[in-house]
Amino acid sequence: MAVQKAVTISDLHFAYPSQTEAEPLRIFDGLDLAIDEGSFVAVLGHNGCGKSTLAKHLNAILLPEGGSVHVFGMDTKDEDLLLDIRRTVGMVFQNPDNQMVANVVEEDVAFAPENLGVPSGEIRRRVDDALKAVGMYDYRKHAPHLLSGGQKQRVAIAGVIAMQPRCIVLDEPTAMLDPQGREEVMRTVERLNREKGITVVLITHHMTEAIRADRVIVMDRGKILTDGTPKQVFPQVELLKSAGLSVPATTQLIYALNEAGCALPPDALTTEECAQALYAMLKA
Amino acid sequence: MLKDITLGQYFPGDTVIHRLDPRTKLLMVIVYIVALFLCKWFVSYGVALAFLATVIILSKIRLKALFKGLKPLLIIILFTAVLNIFYTDGTVLVEFWIFRITREGLINAFFLVLRIMLLVMGTFLMTYTTSPIALTDGLESLLSPLKKLRFPVHELAMMMSIALRFIPTLIEETDKIISAQKARGADFETGNIFRRAKALIPILVPLFVSAFRRADELATAMECRCYHGGKGRTKLKQLRYRRRDVLSLLLGAVLLGGIITLRHFGL
Repeated sequence: MAVQKAVTISDLHFAYPSQTEAEPLRIFDGLDLAIDEGSFVAVLGHNGCGKSTLAKHLNAILLPEGGSVHVFGMDTKDEDLLLDIRRTVGMVFQNPDNQMVANVVEEDVAFAPENLGVPSGEIRRRVDDALKAVGMYDYRKHAPHLLSGGQKQRVAIAGVIAMQPRCIVLDEPTAMLDPQGREEVMRTVERLNREKGITVVLITHHMTEAIRADRVIVMDRGKILTDGTPKQVFPQVELLKSAGLSVPATTQLIYALNEAGCALPPDALTTEECAQALYAMLKA
Repeated sequence: MLKDITLGQYFPGDTVIHRLDPRTKLLMVIVYIVALFLCKWFVSYGVALAFLATVIILSKIRLKALFKGLKPLLIIILFTAVLNIFYTDGTVLVEFWIFRITREGLINAFFLVLRIMLLVMGTFLMTYTTSPIALTDGLESLLSPLKKLRFPVHELAMMMSIALRFIPTLIEETDKIISAQKARGADFETGNIFRRAKALIPILVPLFVSAFRRADELATAMECRCYHGGKGRTKLKQLRYRRRDVLSLLLGAVLLGGIITLRHFGL
């Protein structure tokens, strides 16, 4: 059997009712997408391209108007499966302050298992495991407002892991963080993906983060513009720029040099690879 | 500047009083208040005072902290005392112009002041030794029989704990908004009271808008974490009555019984 699909979206249609105009604001007109279980997918796109709307479809916060969304074989339209869907696909949002419920870290992480009716002893174990998995176990008695942004976001991730989800959707989790906090969150996410086999869907507009994914999906006006490994996607500099996106600094450099007549490999994405390529060229 | 406000006057500690179940403490405060109102004469007030003194010593809360809590009530206490001194009939001690001070008036005023002080200190002692979360949990558990009458007990407890969680966040935000408006030339310090009140509008409007946005995001985040009301919900920390709780409650019953007996004899 092939790898199980974590997410299968077929022919998704969706529109937000517009408050000012009679016409609703159309977001998706027939979107198809499948995500393999265990993969690390980055979704890129300009503001208003439908990334966040897409994320909200993955755990039934929004329901499709037409077409269907299946997560691990469950139809998000099936109301009886609502809790199962939300427990399977966890969601982390941009502002860590607005997703914490309790004023002690461990109480906050316990929120989801408490809602699911997990027995106390089991909650204790899950909370400890989740906090250890994000490296925040030592802060379990702290008040959330005394933590740094990166730490808060890691607690938010722990709060989702405590549900023992098979997939985590992160909606621009690093947008409000400083570089250090961003790195903390990215490392945590990568570790969860590799060590626990949790499928990760990372919505971002940081190119440097998207490079670290297995697969990059670029969206533009509700459509998938391009889809593939980072090495396949980023060399398409003109296409990305047409969608209002910048490319990683390394790609930008190589693109400019190649325009000027050099012959560098366009898929050298990391700083290391780029430096190697430049070194090889200068030596030759 | 706003960060200096102390919130949820909780003094962490590890004494017997701190370790008591929050429900026990809530019940004891109610019992104590009832007992205070049944006190009639010096003996029963003495018993109530001795009881509170014992709890204060056990809790290791400094008297200074307790008296600090009484400060805002000073005016009310003085006011009731003065009213009682002048408006009670009985044996006249001093008389001048339209004022008359009676023996009964003096005693009444003394008892009233003592009653208010003991009441306030008793209640403060509970909030000083119980974390806000524990207090909310205790309240939810104590009120849970009301769920049968469709009283939204869980929802109220949830509201309280979310409010407690967001107070520091909103204070921080207010601080930021004040700085931002000052940077744009807003003036909060000069002018009469109306002018100053008006100057608060540019702070309150953004604060409210942001609070609504936060509430909206929080609601989504809670839904994502499978929140669906209080039904079938479990707790990380289960509240459990232990031996010390049973003992305390028995002690409370004895105190109440004793005061009622003393009242019977007019003591």
